[in-house]
Amino acid sequence: MQHRIDPEKIGPQGEVMAHAIEACVHCGFCLPACPTYQVLGEEMDSPRGRIFLMKEVLEGNLSLEEAQPYIDKCLGCLGCVTACPSGVPYGELITSFRAYSEPKRWRSPFQKVFRLGLQETLPYPARFRAAAVLGRLARPLKPLLPPALRAPLELLPEALPPTKPLPALTPAEGPRRSRVALLAGCAQQVLQPGFNWATLRVLARNGVEVVVPQNQVCCGALALHTGERARALHLARKNLEAFAGDYDTILTNAAGCGSGLKEYPLLFRGEPEQDQAQRLAEKVKDISVFLVELGLKEVPPLPHPLRVAYHDACHLAHAQGVRNEPRQLLRSIPGVELVEIPEGELCCGSAGTYNLEQPHIAAALGERKARNILATGAQAVVTGNIGCFAQIEAHLKKLGRPIPVLHTIELLDRAYTGQAPVPAAPADP
Amino acid sequence: MTPALRELEALFPRGLLRQPGELVAYESDALTAFRARPLAVVLPESHEEVAAAVRWCQKHRIPYVARGSGTSLSGGSLPVEGGLVIGLNRMNKLLRLDPKERIAVVQPGFINLQVSLAAAPYSLYYAPDPSSQPVSTIGGNLAFNSGGAHCLKYGMTSNHVLGARVVLPDGETALLGSESLEGIGPDWLGLFVGSEGLLGIATEVTLRLLPRPEAYHTVLAAYDTLEKAGEAVAAVVASGLLPGAMEIMDSLAIEAAEAAVGAGYPREARALLIVELEGETPQVEAEARHLERVIRDSGAYEVRVAQSEAERMKIWKGRKAAFSAVGRLSPDYIVQDGVVPRSKLGQALAEIERLSERYGLRVANVFHAGDGNLHPLILYNGRVAGELERAEELAGEILKLCVALGGSITGEHGVGMEKRAYMPVMFTPADLEAMRRIRRAIDPLELANRGKMFPGSEAKPLSHGPHPLEKAGVIARE
Ligand SMILES: Cc1cc2nc3c(=O)[nH]c(=O)nc-3n(C[C@H](O)[C@H](O)[C@H](O)COP(=O)(O)OP(=O)(O)OC[C@H]3O[C@@H](n4cnc5c(N)ncnc54)[C@H](O)[C@@H]3O)c2cc1C
Ligand code: SF4
Ligand code: SF4
Repeated sequence: MQHRIDPEKIGPQGEVMAHAIEACVHCGFCLPACPTYQVLGEEMDSPRGRIFLMKEVLEGNLSLEEAQPYIDKCLGCLGCVTACPSGVPYGELITSFRAYSEPKRWRSPFQKVFRLGLQETLPYPARFRAAAVLGRLARPLKPLLPPALRAPLELLPEALPPTKPLPALTPAEGPRRSRVALLAGCAQQVLQPGFNWATLRVLARNGVEVVVPQNQVCCGALALHTGERARALHLARKNLEAFAGDYDTILTNAAGCGSGLKEYPLLFRGEPEQDQAQRLAEKVKDISVFLVELGLKEVPPLPHPLRVAYHDACHLAHAQGVRNEPRQLLRSIPGVELVEIPEGELCCGSAGTYNLEQPHIAAALGERKARNILATGAQAVVTGNIGCFAQIEAHLKKLGRPIPVLHTIELLDRAYTGQAPVPAAPADP
Repeated sequence: MTPALRELEALFPRGLLRQPGELVAYESDALTAFRARPLAVVLPESHEEVAAAVRWCQKHRIPYVARGSGTSLSGGSLPVEGGLVIGLNRMNKLLRLDPKERIAVVQPGFINLQVSLAAAPYSLYYAPDPSSQPVSTIGGNLAFNSGGAHCLKYGMTSNHVLGARVVLPDGETALLGSESLEGIGPDWLGLFVGSEGLLGIATEVTLRLLPRPEAYHTVLAAYDTLEKAGEAVAAVVASGLLPGAMEIMDSLAIEAAEAAVGAGYPREARALLIVELEGETPQVEAEARHLERVIRDSGAYEVRVAQSEAERMKIWKGRKAAFSAVGRLSPDYIVQDGVVPRSKLGQALAEIERLSERYGLRVANVFHAGDGNLHPLILYNGRVAGELERAEELAGEILKLCVALGGSITGEHGVGMEKRAYMPVMFTPADLEAMRRIRRAIDPLELANRGKMFPGSEAKPLSHGPHPLEKAGVIARE
């Protein structure tokens, strides 16, 4: 598409945005893939519409305020990137545009405090934990609170699991086949610390030594995707340092964190650490990809057969192109029957802090996902991302059909350790 | 706000778009060379709401355009400046699927591909398969009489639509056609299909479903010249075979499709011919042997046969993504859509290659070879001074070539905005006048999709200057 954007005027991200807009041929192939278009049925809430709006803003034909509501509704799920034949790097466009527009926009004092609160809490496990405890205490006050504050309360778990710091080094069992560094994830450490422990056990069992660099911080994806570039840079710099050691592979077990690290080259564009960011990004691998490449040690069969639906996390499937590996891992567990979820490429509506900022769309998508999962007749759902995990669990519960939700690595861990994969309740007919 | 708009707001308490940030997204269809800002957009959810919107336009004399997914490549769903856009994408329900009668009744915003998906459990499918089938709507397909790769054997959309409920431009409802193939009286439905939204808005469409062929045999043949591939098409047809589809892609299209979906095409080929046979197993097997001989004699240097359904889908995925994928090769391109007699394909392609060299612009070719329906995509960079003008001139040359070879300048993408000015090349003034009279009989105020299809002074000129054919003196605007 032709445009009259002057990248020079916009800064280091100008070129990135101009390139993405140029690559869009306005063909509309992305429309069916876009969750907001599916729910709202309006062109400006489609990828094609958003690209056009961003172009108009960057060209100076449209005010930012006019475009902002529709840009804000974008989940950043990148379903459109998978669908686009023309190779439009939509993710780079929206991330850059948010960074470009955030300092220019008006926000109400309430919004500012709310956003600042999220940014100052979620990335820091200790603070998040404290806030979550407070939040649970605040539940009885829910009806009195503004709607924007009700959504986060609903997503908090009933009880927070106990936390124990992860060991700096977990040795391999038997001969060492590989050595990796693990990014522990921030919200995940509070909500589901079990994911990391399962990861350590499965890796050790497979002869992998795991280092958990103790000075690591949140990957910064949350900040980056909400336009807080300076904050994201601040966090990312710390991680460049923390992961500067001699690791061939940096593992992530949360899809969002993995794609966050892989976005460092975009984040550091025009910064002195650009090359270092590039090198780090090249080492990042999702746990499922790593294990498939390594080759799993034989998995013992489950105590009873299990019908499992695998949910593609957007930040694995669309952002990192990882679809086969998690399925391959699941299939290598004897007793697992893998089923596909209808409309599987559609986002579950979790998308970082999206379900806090756009609760209605997030809820519509969450319910749609839960119904599609139940339609498969699965006895458990497996996914590779903490956000999806929480969202799917909440919506299955809302529908009154709370089948267990697991991380891929948890199911694998349970198979290895001979635990029942899910509580042995009989499956729905 | 004017009283008229207040009235509209009362009619559409939800589903009325008025803000600049909303309207701007509707300014173009897939042909972004044209833009127009509508007065408003409404998103009806029922037949009654469509009728109410049309009656409102009638009352206030406001022109309007129906819009499906906005994938028209000819400006068909381009808004009329200051007019109303009636977006039908929220009317996207499957109303009925009757496997015994082999029909599906859908709302106009239902997506083409979804029809086949819904019919698949009954081993049925909907035959017309435009490359835009994952996104384009049945309403849009109907209005443009869309075609696709498999229309060579099965015909275009018009052969697969049995009936339609439509809102006429006066706001009244009409039922056209029926649920069976044997209609009585004049073929009103035939008149409606392909009328590009000028004669009314379809709100319910009855489609014919076909049993899925028992077997497919999909062959990929690579050639070292485009001309040879073109001649192979004529040879296949001359041999008495009627394949389900015959498609050609040239090296640029191959490169783009490979980059987009990794279809596994031979990358170094100058041209690829895809031929698909389909039908009952014994018949397909016999035809496959026959086809093998024809292809061998046509000078293909490599021939592959899809060994599984997955391989077959991969071949088609590459072909269907090719148009948009060309966006990877060039920031801008013009899609042309002309027809030449099948026997002249090789000649036309060789000539296009020469023209491309002469103008110093790359031309990608990906097209429905079986129908002689060419889609040259002329690549240019709008930011390089003079390139757009050269590209347009080249486009004009290609169209003149189609006419000179005894073909036509319209294929399947509709006349819309882009091809209005070519109508006098195809039709005599008397033909055009007859069409105008039909239109005025149905829509005296010419509100429905005003300014499209007919050459006339109503519409804005092409946004990028006079059409190449105009410049070349082949056609003139009134
Ligand atoms: C990448 C790409 C590939 C394509 N490949 C093909 C192809 O292979 N074959 C082909 O034929 N076309 C092709 N097209 C063109 C386009 O997809 C078709 O013309 C399609 O039928 C348009 O459908 P739509 O829903 O997008 O309609 P729109 O573009 O929204 O509208 C098209 C026309 O239909 C009218 N209309 C829409 N809905 C209704 C209704 N309910 N009642 C009355 N009129 C209505 C509009 O006013 C407009 O004039 C392609 C387009 C793209 C971008
Ligand atoms: S599919 Fe890609 S090129 Fe087509 S409109 Fe969407 S983003 Fe643009
Ligand atoms: S990222 Fe997701 S929500 Fe945003 S435009 Fe793309 S498909 Fe739609």
